[in-house]
Amino acid sequence: MRRPGASSLLLHAALVATSLISLTPLGWMAAAAFMQPGEANALPPHLLPHDPTLQNFVALFTRLDMARAFLNSAVITVLATVLSVFVNAMAGYAFAKLPFPGRDRLFRRLASALVVPAQVGMLPLFLLLRELGLVNTYAGVLVPYLASIFGIFLVRQYALGVSDDLLDAARVDGAGEFRIFAVIVLPVIRPILATLAAFTFLSAWNDFMWPLIILSDGHMATLPVALASLVGEHVQDTELMMAGSMLTILPALVVFLIFQRFFVRGITAGSVKG
Amino acid sequence: MRAALWFLAPALLLLLVFFFLPVVAGLLLGLTDFDIYAIGSPGNARFVGLENYARLLTNDVFWRSLANTLFFVALGGPLSVAVSLGAAMLVDAKLTRLRPLFRTIYFAPVVTTLVSVAIIWRYLYHPRYGLLNHVLGLVGAGPIDWLGDPHWAMPAIVLLAVWKNFGYNMLIFVAGLQAVPAELYEAAAIDGAGSWQRFRHITLPGLAPTFLFVGVTTMIGYFQVFAEPYVMTQGGPLGSTRSVVLFMYEEGFRWWRIGTASATAVVLLLITLAGALLQFRLQKERT
Repeated sequence: MRRPGASSLLLHAALVATSLISLTPLGWMAAAAFMQPGEANALPPHLLPHDPTLQNFVALFTRLDMARAFLNSAVITVLATVLSVFVNAMAGYAFAKLPFPGRDRLFRRLASALVVPAQVGMLPLFLLLRELGLVNTYAGVLVPYLASIFGIFLVRQYALGVSDDLLDAARVDGAGEFRIFAVIVLPVIRPILATLAAFTFLSAWNDFMWPLIILSDGHMATLPVALASLVGEHVQDTELMMAGSMLTILPALVVFLIFQRFFVRGITAGSVKG
Repeated sequence: MRAALWFLAPALLLLLVFFFLPVVAGLLLGLTDFDIYAIGSPGNARFVGLENYARLLTNDVFWRSLANTLFFVALGGPLSVAVSLGAAMLVDAKLTRLRPLFRTIYFAPVVTTLVSVAIIWRYLYHPRYGLLNHVLGLVGAGPIDWLGDPHWAMPAIVLLAVWKNFGYNMLIFVAGLQAVPAELYEAAAIDGAGSWQRFRHITLPGLAPTFLFVGVTTMIGYFQVFAEPYVMTQGGPLGSTRSVVLFMYEEGFRWWRIGTASATAVVLLLITLAGALLQFRLQKERT
């Protein structure tokens, strides 16, 4: 048998090697984003910029309208996050704590629709929004993000733990249901709302196929859509594309690092639903 | 109760109009010859029964897309699950220091934007300047024309998918590992079981429900692969990376053959339902 010291060394070597694999593509992106034009194609490859420059980022914002794409992404993501937290929190709470005939059956029906891939309804949804005049609008891209079965599910599971005595006491005191929800329930279920917000933020920010379909006008494009069309014209400009990739990835990474705790909870909660 | 209605109304209405209605409409559109002429005036669309499905069955591009997707799922699914389990065991090992740091690092690719990492990997895969071929060259292998060779393009996309996704299932495996009772390991150690025997007879059976969940959700997710081939190869070379969803996108939004595209979406739905049913059955068997 190996001594503990040797196993520990081996274990940590494996941990570090895996970390390098996870981080190298992102690290190379960050380095190349600050390289001079052509430097990312040097042989042997440069791992760090020899003469760092901001010109790639300047080009993105001045020549290439990425500021507008960034703004589009930010507005859509923030609206999606705020609105979906409200919509799903109310529904999840009702499914947990406001009894009515057939409620649990309705919830089970809804939960079983979780397996339906979003792509199945995308074409008709596009045609519907086209009829409503919502193609190339923020509202059009937002509507499918607002209510989410997974979000309702997350909130319901958490809200089941809210004490009925607390709610009944407030009802005896004459508080209305909306007041109870706003004043008593929301503060109690805040952790799961943070989870939901983190999930919605990241999925809206990173989403590609839906904005690609509904935001065909270049001025309305989100960052991923703008980036995918930029790579068509500027595939030779490695450094520029890496700056654009970094601009897109960085906000997602920062939000993840801040909300990590809540994010992990959502993933493990989702996995035990079985 | 009246209040419940008000609480549920926004979510249910949104889901009804913007999710359930489109899904049902998709089933119906798949039975019509809805195309670019019908978009202006829907009256031009005719009911054609199962003709779209019959045509899909004789469409080589569709079959190729389905085969490509199955290859992606069959190679990427097990590989992702295996790497996730390996990473989970590394992170969860008793001797591991700085556990939260490693967990965060492995999870970071999961939250990155798929389009961006697809672009990054496109450069990493560059046959001449790419970092990957450079590393291969250091050990005397390669170079490989990753995205230009029809035999390598799909494996290259699998590699990117595994890199990006393994952290997600890793978290679920860590939760599963922590649910395996520690006494079992202690008892086995007293009985003189080696580490492989403990892995084989305690860890793996203990993780069976986790495997089921992770395996099926990963495969369902992988059937929907779209952005990677869209950004990295546009389905090429020689159609070797065109996925079912990319085929659907091209039929629907490039050629406006909405009928064919809707029928393709229904095929995707049926495959997904079959996967979910499999999970349900296997889970029932266990209990």
